[in-house]
Amino acid sequence: MRAPPPVVDVVDVTRSYRLGGDKDADGAVVHALRGVTFAVQPGEFVSIVGPSGSGKSTLLHLLGALDRPSTGTVAFSGRDVEGLSDAELAVLRNREIGFVFQQFQLLARTPAWQNVALPLVYRGVAVRERRRLATEALAAVGLSHRLGHRPAQLSGGEQQRVAVARALVTEPRLLLADEPTGNLDTVTGSEVMALLRQQGAERGVALVVITHDPEVAAAASRRIRIRDGCIHGEVAA
Amino acid sequence: MRVLEASRVAATAIAANRLRSALTILGVVIGVMSVVLLVAVGTGARNEVTAGVEDLGSNLLIVAPGSFEFGQAPSASRFTLEDVERLDRALRGRAAVSGQIVSGETIRAEGVSATSSVLGVTAGYDQVLGRVVSRGEFLNASDVATGRRVVVLGASAADGLFVDVDPIGRSVAIGGLRYRVIGVTERLGAALGVDRDAQVYIPVTAAQRLFGTRRVDTIFVRPPSADVLDAVSAEIEFVLGERFEQDEFSILTQDEILGVAGDILDTLTLVLVAIAGISLLVGGIGVSNIMLVSVSERTREIGLRKALGARTRDITLQFLVEAVALCGVGGLLGIGLGVGLAEVATRFSPLPADVTSWSVALAFGTSLTVGVVFGVFPARRAGKLDPVVALRYE
Repeated sequence: MRAPPPVVDVVDVTRSYRLGGDKDADGAVVHALRGVTFAVQPGEFVSIVGPSGSGKSTLLHLLGALDRPSTGTVAFSGRDVEGLSDAELAVLRNREIGFVFQQFQLLARTPAWQNVALPLVYRGVAVRERRRLATEALAAVGLSHRLGHRPAQLSGGEQQRVAVARALVTEPRLLLADEPTGNLDTVTGSEVMALLRQQGAERGVALVVITHDPEVAAAASRRIRIRDGCIHGEVAA
Repeated sequence: MRVLEASRVAATAIAANRLRSALTILGVVIGVMSVVLLVAVGTGARNEVTAGVEDLGSNLLIVAPGSFEFGQAPSASRFTLEDVERLDRALRGRAAVSGQIVSGETIRAEGVSATSSVLGVTAGYDQVLGRVVSRGEFLNASDVATGRRVVVLGASAADGLFVDVDPIGRSVAIGGLRYRVIGVTERLGAALGVDRDAQVYIPVTAAQRLFGTRRVDTIFVRPPSADVLDAVSAEIEFVLGERFEQDEFSILTQDEILGVAGDILDTLTLVLVAIAGISLLVGGIGVSNIMLVSVSERTREIGLRKALGARTRDITLQFLVEAVALCGVGGLLGIGLGVGLAEVATRFSPLPADVTSWSVALAFGTSLTVGVVFGVFPARRAGKLDPVVALRYE
């Protein structure tokens, strides 16, 4: 029996861009990633750590299918992003990836359930079904009692749990968290991390957390350290 | 994302910024309101003119000097009383003929004075133009032949000059000469913006002396029915053709006057609507501007939506629908205001406005078009945002 393809397979990826925009020929060229190779297997929990300016964010964008590599390949479940149109990339993000951001990125003035249902809108799911799925996802993160609350009426921890529910509602294969505890106090932060791990494990979703918090990183089954655009060490727990 | 979804998002966004949305659509509101109102006023004026001209009756021919066309200045008359008499003789038994000369004069009577249109007319004018005396009698052939200084007053002219006294037999001064009042006409009301009850009638011969001319401005010819208009018209042309060139006089029927008046009003309406259109254009630019602000304000939202799977066209559609919805709401408000103001104008001003369905449809359609045209640029800009850049936007 063949092993399933990695959730995301990064092979010898570089990413460079010009300061001042791609059209500005005079801008200095920044080599954000200089040849990175690794893969994330289904259900795995990987943390990526590194100081700011190390290329962490660039890697996050590539793992999130928000960007394409300059050279090398990034493939999701065996599909190379090279050759996919912007629209196809959007569909891929919608189906394969769940995002959790440091800033929560919830729509203000919008009830929790509608925030959770947002990715389903772009999947063409009918509103009744969206509400049902969003309610389920909010129940899974322990927020059944907060369906109609707006972000401003929720605590930071609750907002991030709404964001987790939004990431999970599409049943992605990859949960991508960018400093998920960065805006939370220690206790709430650990609660959110526990929720991410528990949900990831329950659903068999690969979890990639980008962080500079050593404690958060240590919980992962595999830690990747990145520095100056290169992988600078990899530790399995 | 379907249009329905986009509308839902648009409604939320518009409602979230009520004041700004309201100010944004103000230009569109005013533009649409102006189109509806101005077309209504134009249509009202047209109805007024039509009613006034139709009041003349379909069997009246008006012989005017020069060629009567839109864009042509009226010509000075070269008709004389002789022409009126020759027409009258030629058409005896077939049509009634009357000549007229007009001037504004000050009229005095026992300490009261008023400025009014003094019409010098030939005998039979009352029959040709439908004037009926309520008291006394109208000018007769002998009055005209001798240039007798007698006058027939319009109903409101009589009321203005003689309070609580019967004017018959009393005298008024016109241009410093005394005229004896021999009749007062029945009320006719206004037509074509002229208060016919404020007019006074004196023999054309007396008027020519008074005004210092030998001319007659206009000749009216009324056959008993409209069926013989062509024959009578041909006769007039033949008779006048002996003394005048083809382009020195014209014979007008009710239809021709309506046609020319209609042309004038159409041009006027078109100009007004064009001005209203400029206001719509400016309104559209305002919408475009605010949509651009809205796009940059919601850059992070756009980035998030893209990260969650929104395609370029989903975002573009969302903002386009928002712009069209804004303009649509503006259009509806403008129509409401336009119809309301037309109602007010009809009730409280002499200007009757008549709201037409085509102008409402046109104005609403235009406002939606403005939304599309001026929404496309900001919407495309929103759609093209790079999610990486947009998500990091502060």
